[in-house]
Amino acid sequence: MSGFDLGVIIRSLPLLLEGMGVSLLLTVLAIAGGLSLGAVLAVLRLSRLRAVRTFAATYVVLFRSLPLLLLIFWFYFLIPLFLGHPIAGFDAALIAFVLFEAAFFCEIIRSGIQSVRQGQIMAGLATGLPYGAVMRAIVLPQAFRNMVPVLLLQCINLFKSTSLVYVVGVRDFLTAAEIVGTRDHQLTELYVFAALVYFTLCFGGARLVKRLERRYAL
Amino acid sequence: MVWRLALSAAFLATLAFAGPASADDLYGTLKKVNDSGKIVIGHNADSPPFSYIGANGKPEGYTIDLCHRVAEDVKKELKRPDLKIEYVSLTPVNRIPLLVNGTVDMVCATTTNNFTRQRQVDYLSTMYISGARIITRADTGIKSLADLKGRPVTVNQGSSNEQIMKALDEQQKLGIRFINTKDNPQAWASLESSRSDAHVTDEPTAYGLVVASKQPDKYLVVPGPRLSFDPFAIVVRRDDSAFRLVGNKALADLYRSGEIDKIYEKWLSTIGMSMDPETKTLFKVQALPE
Amino acid sequence: MRYSWKWSAVLTDPYFDWIISGLELTLLLSLISWAIALVLGCLIGIARTAETKWIRSLAAAYVECFRNVPLLVIFFLWYFVAPEILPRNAGLWVKRDLPFPEFWTSVVALSTYTAAMVAEQVRAGIEAIPRGQANAALASGLTRWQVYRYILLPVGLRIAVPALGNEFINIFKNSSLALSIGLLELTSRTRQISEYTYQPLEMFITASAVYFVIAMLTTAIMMAIERRSRLPGMITRATR
Repeated sequence: MSGFDLGVIIRSLPLLLEGMGVSLLLTVLAIAGGLSLGAVLAVLRLSRLRAVRTFAATYVVLFRSLPLLLLIFWFYFLIPLFLGHPIAGFDAALIAFVLFEAAFFCEIIRSGIQSVRQGQIMAGLATGLPYGAVMRAIVLPQAFRNMVPVLLLQCINLFKSTSLVYVVGVRDFLTAAEIVGTRDHQLTELYVFAALVYFTLCFGGARLVKRLERRYAL
Repeated sequence: MVWRLALSAAFLATLAFAGPASADDLYGTLKKVNDSGKIVIGHNADSPPFSYIGANGKPEGYTIDLCHRVAEDVKKELKRPDLKIEYVSLTPVNRIPLLVNGTVDMVCATTTNNFTRQRQVDYLSTMYISGARIITRADTGIKSLADLKGRPVTVNQGSSNEQIMKALDEQQKLGIRFINTKDNPQAWASLESSRSDAHVTDEPTAYGLVVASKQPDKYLVVPGPRLSFDPFAIVVRRDDSAFRLVGNKALADLYRSGEIDKIYEKWLSTIGMSMDPETKTLFKVQALPE
Repeated sequence: MRYSWKWSAVLTDPYFDWIISGLELTLLLSLISWAIALVLGCLIGIARTAETKWIRSLAAAYVECFRNVPLLVIFFLWYFVAPEILPRNAGLWVKRDLPFPEFWTSVVALSTYTAAMVAEQVRAGIEAIPRGQANAALASGLTRWQVYRYILLPVGLRIAVPALGNEFINIFKNSSLALSIGLLELTSRTRQISEYTYQPLEMFITASAVYFVIAMLTTAIMMAIERRSRLPGMITRATR
C-alpha cells in the first residue's frame, strides 16, 4: 500500500468514468425494467384468480432462491443457445437483473398495497365510491408513500449488485478500476478507491432517501 | 428437345448467378456475418502480446493482427467492404460457450488446440507453439517443477494449464497448494504480494507478464523444457468448412509470403522472444499452395 | 445453434465428487458465516441502541461501511487489501500460512457483511418496542443490562425473526461470490466442470436446482422458527 499515486486515478479518469457510465446505465435500465415487470407481477399476485396468483408467487419464489451471479451466467452462456442468436454481455446481464429484481420489486409493491388497512377500503366502498376510485384515491397514494423509501433502497442495492457483471466481462466501474490497477501496478489501491466511490454514492443515496422519507412521511 | 435446352440453360444461368457471394448459398459464420453486417472478434483483456487491451483501450496483439487479416479476407470473399468489426472481451472460462452460442465469431486469444475441445469447436491453422511455464520471484529459488513441492502456486481457473498442473501434481506427488485465480492480473497480484511463490501459465504470457511488471529483474521464467505442448490457434465454430477455408487461406498466405515473420517480430520481440526453428518449420508446412 | 445434451456428465467421476465438494463448501461457508454474523450482528445491533454516544456512532459507522459497499468489493478488500495493511509478518502469515486462505477470507467477508444486515434488523426489532416498556422496567429498579436481558432482547429478537430469516436465505446465495477469490464452491465448481466437459447447461441446471432446494429448506426452517417465536397480538410478517 506504499506510495499511492493519485495521478494514476486522474490520468485514468476517462476509463473510470466510462465504467461508471456503464454501471449507472445498467442500474437505470434494470430499475425501469424490473419495476415495470415487478408491478405487473404484484398485480398478478393480488389477482382473484388462483392460477394467476400461483404463477406470480412461483416466479417470485424461484427467482429469489437463486444467486444473482448464477442467473447472470445463465443468461450469458445459455439463453443464446435456446434463442439461436448472440447476446451481448451487457444485454445478458440486463435481462438477468430485470428478471431478478422484478421478484424483489414485486414483493415491495405488494406489501405496500397490503399495508393500507382493509378498513379504509371498506369505508371507501361504503361511501359509495366504485372500486377503481377507492384504489386510485385511497389505496394507491398511501401505498405509494409507504413503498417509495423501500423501493429507493432496493435501487441502491441494485446499483451495488451491478458490480457482479465483472464475471461476464462487461466493463463496469469495478472492472475498469481493476484494469487501471493492473496496468499501473496499483491493484490494491484501486480496489480501495472503488470501495470509496461505491460507499460515497450509496451512502449519499441512502441519506437522501431518509430525508425524503421524513419529508413525505404520513 | 427445345424445352430441355431451355431448362438446362435456365439451370446453367442459376449456377452462374449462384456464386459464393450469393446470400442464399452461404451458411454458418459467413451467412451470419453477411446477414448481421459485422464480424465479432472475441479477445482476451490481459494476454500480451497476443490479445490484450492496448493503451488506446482497443484490443491488440499477435492474434488480433492475424484475426484482422482473416476478417479482411472475409470481406473480400463476401464482397462486403462495409463489414464492421466488433470486439467482445472473453475469459478462459467463457470463451468456448460464447463462441458456440454465436456471441463471437472467432476466439482470438491464446487457445490451445486439442481433441477434447474439438468435440465442441474447430480451429484454424496453428499460429504459435507454446507450453506451460513457471514464473517465480527471483528470491524463491525455484528452478524446476520439483521445486514447487508443497508451495502455493496460482493457476487460472478453467485454463488448460490448470488441468496440466493438477495432473502433474498428482503424478509426481508434489502436494502443491493451488490457488485458483480468475485471470493473470489476480495471479500476478498474488505472486507480487508473496501470497504465492509461482504462477503457471502459457510461455508467452509468462514472458509478457515479467516484462510488463514494475520490477522485471525481480521475476523470472523458469528455463528448461516446457511443461506441456500447446499449439495455439484461432478458434471457430464446428462444421463450418466454408469459413475455415477463408480463414486458413488467409493464414497460409501470410505464412507463404513471409509476412508472418514481421508480425511475429513486431509482437514477440517486445517480450524478448524470437522465432525458433520449430516455429519456422510449422509455418512452412502449413503454407499450402493456392 | 446445436447443443448435445449429456446428462451423464453430472454423474461421471470425478465431476460428481466435485459438485458434492462444492456443495459442502457452500454449506460450510454459509453456516459458519451465519453463526458469526448472528453473534456479531446482535452485538452491533445492541450497540446501535446504546445510551453512550460514541458506542452508538461506532456501531452506526460499521453498519454504514459494510452496507454501502458491494459485497464483491468487500471480498476483494479482505482478500487483496487487508493483508497489505497489516504489519508485514502478519500479512505474510495470512497470505501464506493460514490454512485454506480462500475459505477463511470468504468467511470473514461474508460474516462481516451479513453482520451489518443482521445489526440493522436487531436494531429495528429493539426500536419497535414502545419506549415505555424500557422506561417502566428501569423505573421498577432493573439495571440497564437487565432491561436488555429480560425485555428488549427477548421481544426485539422475536420481532426481528422474519427479517433475519431473509438474511439467512440470502447468505447461501451470497456465498457464491466467494468464487471471485478462487474458492471452489458450488457455483464455481459447476462453472469449472462446464469448462472441462463443455456441457454448461447440465451443470447450471444442476446448480440452480441445488440452490432452489437449499432456499426451500431454509424457508421451511425459518417458517417453523417464526411460528414458534411469533409474539401474540403483533403483526409479525413485516416487510422484507
